[in-house]
Amino acid sequence: MKILVGVKRVIDYNVRVQLKSDGSGVETNGVKMSVNPFDEIAIEEALRIRESGVEAEIIAVSIGTKDAQQQLRTALAMGADRAVLLETDSEVQSLDAAKALLSIAQKEEVDLVLVGKQAIDDDANQTGQMLAALWGRPQATFTSELTIADGKAKSLREVDAGLELIEVDLPALITVDLRLNEPRFVKMPDIMKAKRKPLDTIAFADLGISESPKLETVAYEPPPVRQAGAKVADVPALIAALKDKGVL
Amino acid sequence: MSQVLVIAEHLNGKLNSSTAKAVTCAAQIGEVHIAVLSDSPAAVAAEAAAIEGVTKVLTVENAANANTLAAVLAPQIAALSNGYTHLLMPSTTFGKDVLPRAAALLGRPQVSDIMEVVDAQTFKRPIYAGNVITTVKVPAGLAIGTVRTASFKATALTGGSAAIEAASISVDLPSHTRFIELQAAVSERPDLQSAERVVSGGRGVGSEENFKIIYDFADKLGAGAGASRAAVDAGFCPNDMQVGQTGKIIAPGLYIACGISGAIQHITGIKDAGVIVAINKDPDAPIFEVADIGLVADLFEAIPEIEAALG
Ligand SMILES: Cc1cc2nc3c(=O)[nH]c(=O)nc-3n(C[C@H](O)[C@H](O)[C@H](O)COP(=O)(O)OP(=O)(O)OC[C@H]3O[C@@H](n4cnc5c(N)ncnc54)[C@H](O)[C@@H]3O)c2cc1C
Repeated sequence: MKILVGVKRVIDYNVRVQLKSDGSGVETNGVKMSVNPFDEIAIEEALRIRESGVEAEIIAVSIGTKDAQQQLRTALAMGADRAVLLETDSEVQSLDAAKALLSIAQKEEVDLVLVGKQAIDDDANQTGQMLAALWGRPQATFTSELTIADGKAKSLREVDAGLELIEVDLPALITVDLRLNEPRFVKMPDIMKAKRKPLDTIAFADLGISESPKLETVAYEPPPVRQAGAKVADVPALIAALKDKGVL
Repeated sequence: MSQVLVIAEHLNGKLNSSTAKAVTCAAQIGEVHIAVLSDSPAAVAAEAAAIEGVTKVLTVENAANANTLAAVLAPQIAALSNGYTHLLMPSTTFGKDVLPRAAALLGRPQVSDIMEVVDAQTFKRPIYAGNVITTVKVPAGLAIGTVRTASFKATALTGGSAAIEAASISVDLPSHTRFIELQAAVSERPDLQSAERVVSGGRGVGSEENFKIIYDFADKLGAGAGASRAAVDAGFCPNDMQVGQTGKIIAPGLYIACGISGAIQHITGIKDAGVIVAINKDPDAPIFEVADIGLVADLFEAIPEIEAALG
């Protein structure tokens, strides 16, 4: 089978993001960038499907600037077979990202698309679902357990009410949640090996996808800050403070 | 005048509290209708019709709508949105799953996690786990969005008397996606997303057995019980208790974090809480930077003492 994995380059989750001084966006200059943690889980899951004995080719695809090659190299070092960069310097919103990833999924005739449930930069949580819609194929979002057999996938989904088990026919789109797996660490020899794996670049504009209507971001601002309160010395003081605030 | 369609969230024949919160957001935009898609919508539709200010409830009765499968619901929702200026769903796992699929079918972008209505086409939403707030403008045409429920108080569930109407839509529904089962955690405690008080435990609680101290404390206060990701990952408690960026975003009047360090991803989920209390034995834990009341103490000593003091 063929598996496409989406890999987004984002500010590392440990970084405290800062607004640019002119308020025109988030500062990315000189900031540590990483693979979106959810996408890392998607890559790991693809590898585990292959390691479970299913013959699988794993293609990592990223949309972004030339720098996103670094994240694709990480995917290759983890074990993906090849990578494709859909290169653009412009912001690509969810619907166009879905169209772009889908164009590769269709060209490659993949059986499975695995992406993170959300990217930790825009937190939109849309691309996977949109891709599945345009593909006319099933989606299993928030997957925390996945089994593939007989042309079907079973997904245990983390939903607000608990865990939901669904079955979908392949090809299908899966978005992954945090508890699906723990991604492996990349070892030095794998990084060396990854340098020889194929990484193709396609200009985003050459994909020939029709541009969708876009949201316009008109302002960026810091969130309202919660002032730290006070520490209390002991339990009686805590109870008094709670009563004082009128919550007890 | 804007016409807003809100898709109702419901389970086991009951309206979810997230719907009335989405209605509050919708009412700031225009006239509000609610659509109920179900295998037997009558009871939920009656509840929806009673929400204050709602003027119409549309029902779509179909055996295929017995469960909330996005591939089945999205094409129906896309069809229902015809004639409306806005299409909203709560930003719960239900809305997050279904609405982008409908938006893509309609060829429209989606605003996720609306936290404020600026005007009919302009909304505020958080990015970077709530560390930045953006103001986004929807291009001319249908505006689609999920509503961050912690940002809106629920509209009164009584006082409305909307007309209930069966909608007639005809769309092909796929059979490639099948529901097997919902393993719902049964809990007598208040639902996290609507509880007035929440007690949460983190890695510091130490084990599944030890989590009893959190449950007992919650029961003492009539509170919902939550957890950090670390506690869920370690198997101390079920996933539906996770609070934070990738769990539930909640806004109780009182939040008590026990043995939780206060990682940014956790704080994101509680920023809208009224009063935050932290009980942690590490005086330098970042949770104290946001807590209104902090107690540096061992939770296993402090909690019984608090319970005793409460009588
Ligand atoms: C993409 C991503 C998404 C995430 N989403 C979420 C999310 O939605 N929700 C979430 O919570 N986390 C989330 N996390 C994880 C988050 O970064 C932290 O790892 C997690 O919140 C830590 O949980 P904790 O505070 O329970 O554990 P720790 O950070 O280990 O803290 C345990 C605390 O318990 C205290 N303690 C220990 N023993 C006692 C005792 N006897 N009495 C009192 N205090 C004690 C310690 O001093 C410590 O402060 C996410 C991470 C990533 C990368």
